Amino acid sequence: MLSLAGGETVSEFGDIAAGRLDAAALAANFADAHPPLTPAQAVVEANRCYFCYDAPCVAACPTGIDIPSFIRKIATGNLRGSAQTILEANILGGSCARVCPTEELCERACVHTAQENNPIQIGALQRHAVDWLMARDIAPFTRAAPSGKRVAVVGAGPAGLACAHALARHGHEVTVFEARPKPGGLNEYGIAAYKVPDEFAQREVAFILSIGGIKIEYGKVLGRNLALDMLRREFNAVFLAMGQAGVKALHLGGETMPGVRDAIDFIAEVRQEPKHRVAVGRRVVVIGGGNTAIDAATQARLLGAEDVTIVYRRGSEQMTATGQEQAWAQTHNVRIRHRAAPVRLIPGVGARGETVAGVEFARTTLDAAGRLALTDDHFVLPADMVLKAIGQSFAADAAGELPDTRGGRIVVDADRRTSLPNVYAGGDCIAGADLTVVAVQDGKVAAAAIHRQLSGGA
Amino acid sequence: MADLRTSFAGIVSPNPFWLASAPPTDKAYNVARAFKAGWGGVVWKTLGEDPPIVNTASRYGGVSYRGVRIAGFSNIELITDRPLRVNLDEIKAIKCDWPDRAVVVSLMVPCTEASWQRILAQVEDTGCDGVELNFGCPHGMSEREMGSAVGQVPAYVEMVTRWCKQHTRMPVIVKLTPNITDILAPAAAARRGGADGVSLINTLQSITGVDLDLMAPEPVVDGKGTHGGYCGPAVKPIALRMVADIARALPDLPVSGIGGIATWRDAAEFIALGAHNVQVCTAAMHQGFKIVEDMIDGLSNWMDGKGYGLVAAVRGRAVPNYVHWNDLNLNYKIVARIDQSLCIKCGLCHIGCEDTSHQAIAALHVDGQRRYEVIDSECVGCNLCYLACPVDGCITMVRQEGPGGMLTWEHHPNNPLRQEAAE
Repeated sequence: MLSLAGGETVSEFGDIAAGRLDAAALAANFADAHPPLTPAQAVVEANRCYFCYDAPCVAACPTGIDIPSFIRKIATGNLRGSAQTILEANILGGSCARVCPTEELCERACVHTAQENNPIQIGALQRHAVDWLMARDIAPFTRAAPSGKRVAVVGAGPAGLACAHALARHGHEVTVFEARPKPGGLNEYGIAAYKVPDEFAQREVAFILSIGGIKIEYGKVLGRNLALDMLRREFNAVFLAMGQAGVKALHLGGETMPGVRDAIDFIAEVRQEPKHRVAVGRRVVVIGGGNTAIDAATQARLLGAEDVTIVYRRGSEQMTATGQEQAWAQTHNVRIRHRAAPVRLIPGVGARGETVAGVEFARTTLDAAGRLALTDDHFVLPADMVLKAIGQSFAADAAGELPDTRGGRIVVDADRRTSLPNVYAGGDCIAGADLTVVAVQDGKVAAAAIHRQLSGGA
Repeated sequence: MADLRTSFAGIVSPNPFWLASAPPTDKAYNVARAFKAGWGGVVWKTLGEDPPIVNTASRYGGVSYRGVRIAGFSNIELITDRPLRVNLDEIKAIKCDWPDRAVVVSLMVPCTEASWQRILAQVEDTGCDGVELNFGCPHGMSEREMGSAVGQVPAYVEMVTRWCKQHTRMPVIVKLTPNITDILAPAAAARRGGADGVSLINTLQSITGVDLDLMAPEPVVDGKGTHGGYCGPAVKPIALRMVADIARALPDLPVSGIGGIATWRDAAEFIALGAHNVQVCTAAMHQGFKIVEDMIDGLSNWMDGKGYGLVAAVRGRAVPNYVHWNDLNLNYKIVARIDQSLCIKCGLCHIGCEDTSHQAIAALHVDGQRRYEVIDSECVGCNLCYLACPVDGCITMVRQEGPGGMLTWEHHPNNPLRQEAAE
């Protein structure tokens, strides 16, 4: 029995089930969240672009895509050239077009935002061009003659793939070591299904690998069955891009009880399993304020959860999930409660034995120094399922010598060099914004530095 | 409320907006719809002698500019392809149903006096308000020694106009072709022949585009193309110049302005350069007759705002300011000013100036922000940045203190043939 504010009590716990919705509802719920532009829409939108000089959108793109040029090429019907311009700067331009927080990056910088608060739909246009090229199986790049140099890449996510592709273009031989059974990293496992439907992540990986010279070995986990020492011996250079395999704990006790799970695992299951087989609670509480919290909460709703609440310890503006992401969740009837932190996972007894029954939260406040502090004002949210989305961490349990880390992230210089000779790192395992597009840039920059190194340059 | 009633070549209409002789005025059905929509008059699509000519399938070509359709338009259609009798009967019925509107009939027959005499008698019988001699059509008919083949020879223009004036009591308007070096020559010829007015411009010889798959000029007729007549918004500046030339040189010759007119503002510009009224075609073909509603309303509101009670009060007001280059003041100095609070940082002012002009706009980064600044000493006041800037009011051209006074090329020290100003 769980007592709530106002004398209400809840006595049914542990309602976690798959197949809450029929196949048609699931298919509709997990269809493309933002359908592609039609060719006519793309041309109209492309013609709005001013073709700015020193365009602010380019400066705002972590991969520095020449946005005015690719948009002009859409307007003139040169879609092949448009896609080439995008992919030259960002080989994962297809997934970035889908998952980038463009409203925080290029589209916020767009001069149309300043002029009439209606930016060019840069992400949608980018998708239009890249999809056009990928649909035609056009290979925009060719591999240089084999250099005889070998590079190891740890992690087949956006950073690793971008690095591998750039190195392969230079003719180097790349072996990618991936812990999971499939490539793609967070694009395959960590992003809501409706953002990259229709197996896009795998199609994009196949497109990237089609350049040749890249081999992927699966089930290889650094520190478990893969040693950095060995990689440094066997390869001319190593690029570490294993992301953040660890999940931060709430440190509340009871985190292993049934019904409590990591949001990132839940998201991966939604991506990997048929939707009708993914179990979801009737009442779901998601703890956290990032895109993982949004993706988990929204997908829980779309799987048929009746009542989904995100609870975040600070305010809306401090959430790392963008305003658009928050609105997206709210549009799907996810409630977002701010300024409350979990203090206790409440156990209960359900039909299948002990399970989580709810979460007790303390309202938060800021102390005189601006630090977050808990108050004595508590409330309880009943929950059949609790999803933890308070962040991930670099799993620093790798055996053998590791590069220097700071704050749980590998330290790199501007060229993404680590403290170890010939070892580079990028993506979410180094400091910086944890965005796909930033990871791609890391891979690109590291590949350029590795190539210079392998070519005998600085 | 401004009074929009106008009189051109002795023909009155409730407003200055007429439909030009073209597909929209080929039939009573269309013309009745136009009058219902509010058009002040029409020039009926050109009549010729029977048997009627034959038109092609695929008749029009369009030029799109950055997604905007029909920025330019062309046609290879000829004159009416309906029997003369059908047209004459319909004209008579229309004029009877719409007595307050202007109904002018465009004509094109072979260059013999008997041909013109014959058709004029038939047209006069319809009760229409006047005739317009089509000396402008630049394709199809010109190869048959009609249309612009006549309009390009001032002596023919004068001769035919004179025949027409002799054989009809109706006002005679001569429609001029722009496919000529000096528009004043045929205009003056028309006046010598006794024309009551001229209308211009007819269409410009053109190839709209090339179909790069068929490798054929557009519009394509079964794999081939021919030159057509170009019109639409793209030709407005050409038309304005020709209308103004006539207004300046032949101020007594009434002009009906034609060429790319789509809005009341376009019309006001033609009227300011001397047009008595205007004729519209492409804009109506693009968006239908309803556009006239805003043309009437907009012109009236603008005139009210400016205190112009009559269209005649606007007419020709800009003509005295249309001068020859030699009469421009070389002491006039302006430079660009950028209102930084309005600037959206598109950089178009800089790149145009930097790449193609005077390197007079600096691209700076100040505190991490883009900032574009005019270098006054390099700015020649050309207007390029002002024209390229997408934000209204962000760049203005500001008059500078200079030597002052008037200095024309005639008196400029650099002019080897300079005439010293009279002391």
